[in-house]
Amino acid sequence: MAKYLLLKHYRGAPAAVNNVPGDQWTPEEWSAHMKYMRDFADRLVESGEFVDAQALAPEGMFVRYDGEGRPPVIDGPFAETKDLIAGWMVIDVDSHERAIELAGELSAAPGAGGEPIHEWLEVRPFMVDQPPTVVE
Amino acid sequence: MNEPELRELVPAVIGVLVRRGADFAAAEDAVQDALVEAVRVSADEAPRDPKGWLITVAWRKFLDAARAEASRRDRELRADSEPAPGPGEAVDDTLQLYFLCAHPSLTPSSAVALTLRAVGGLTTRQIAQAYLVPEATMAQRISRAKRTVSGVRLNQPGDVATVLRVLYLVFNEGYSGDVDLAAEAIRLTRQLAALTKHEEVAGLLALMLLHHARRTARTTEDGRLVPLAEQDRRLWNTRLIAEGVDVLQAALARDRLGEFQAQAAIAALHADAPAAEETDWVQIVEWYDELVRLTGNPVARLNRAVAVGEADGARSGLAALAELDPALPRYNAVAAYLHERDGDLATAARLYAEAARQATSFQEHEHLMRQALRLNARLRG
Repeated sequence: MAKYLLLKHYRGAPAAVNNVPGDQWTPEEWSAHMKYMRDFADRLVESGEFVDAQALAPEGMFVRYDGEGRPPVIDGPFAETKDLIAGWMVIDVDSHERAIELAGELSAAPGAGGEPIHEWLEVRPFMVDQPPTVVE
Repeated sequence: MNEPELRELVPAVIGVLVRRGADFAAAEDAVQDALVEAVRVSADEAPRDPKGWLITVAWRKFLDAARAEASRRDRELRADSEPAPGPGEAVDDTLQLYFLCAHPSLTPSSAVALTLRAVGGLTTRQIAQAYLVPEATMAQRISRAKRTVSGVRLNQPGDVATVLRVLYLVFNEGYSGDVDLAAEAIRLTRQLAALTKHEEVAGLLALMLLHHARRTARTTEDGRLVPLAEQDRRLWNTRLIAEGVDVLQAALARDRLGEFQAQAAIAALHADAPAAEETDWVQIVEWYDELVRLTGNPVARLNRAVAVGEADGARSGLAALAELDPALPRYNAVAAYLHERDGDLATAARLYAEAARQATSFQEHEHLMRQALRLNARLRG
């Protein structure tokens, strides 16, 4: 049992095979894509592997500390930021292989022409809070 | 009726329902419903015979559900009367339930979830919280597991080894949420040990007790990992250690060694040392030899290299390590430790940093980072 993050990028991942951006799809292609994503999440609940799914608004900003007694500095949004996260899914699975299998399925979501996007998803294992009790 | 007491009755009550003709999935649901009712009524009208009460209520729940199901399907209900709760073969029932919930057709996570619910009597919500997944996900995991084993007859003998693997997984998960999984694993293993004379059940129970005894000493108040050698041994629970050693000795006396007994023996040798310097590393190496012979497990070989380093010096430890695959989890952490003992601080610092990058738990990552930073500071100083 291990949790994995499946991270979906707007930008920053290697180019997908079916690389037509979402804003150029037909409404039907868009609907088919959204349905695939919902069905995928439903299947994960059904298989007992779903933890979380979130989408992020594309427009964000950068914020940093600017010294004692001063308000934080805000910068951006930057249209040219190299890496942009679209959203994520968190799964709880029995093996690393299963995590890869599910990421493969998610990457097959349909895009332009109703064909799989073949988009690259970043797969990151969660760091657990504590090590297993028996180690020595 | 308090909750832990009630939970102990769960597997026996499921067994009674199954013997009366309920299928496992329906019996398990009925007992959970009865548990909820028991907790609700508990404070003011505690029954004198909690088990009889639970059987009666669970059987009624089962009949209600079966009737509802039957009317839905528009067919006659076979069982209608309420048999008197008999003494029954509760011991066998409970044992069979362990086997069923750890059935080889289940994935590890399903077996764990089903065991905690049907044998442990925990609610789906408690199990979901302990494993940090949504309740709906855990509910599905459990109902799928029940479907998977629905064809398995409860009277088929099972394999104790599969049950032990499940209990070991529960124990090793530690604790989160309001359920102490380590304590729950010990309770379930203790109950199993009372039902069967299997040496490895005793071995696993001893292993759990000996590790649980050190729990308070294993982390600092702010959550930092304390390695065995640096633990305050006054914090070790001597009562649990004594019990673990007793259970282990009784098992070893039967002369059927297995991996859990060997692991417990190693834990017992650590527990036996009043100070880290007084640890009997020579004997520990011998037990690792046994463990490697029994399992061939590369992680056992890795731990053996550490023990060899303590018994015969860091060079010998490094020689033992050289025979192993560097891709093994914690290989770099062990290598770093042995290089530091050997006096090569630069290599040790580099390997600690590498090990920190590969750590799979936050506590280990933090611990290994601290080792790297400590050595780097010394190298600069």
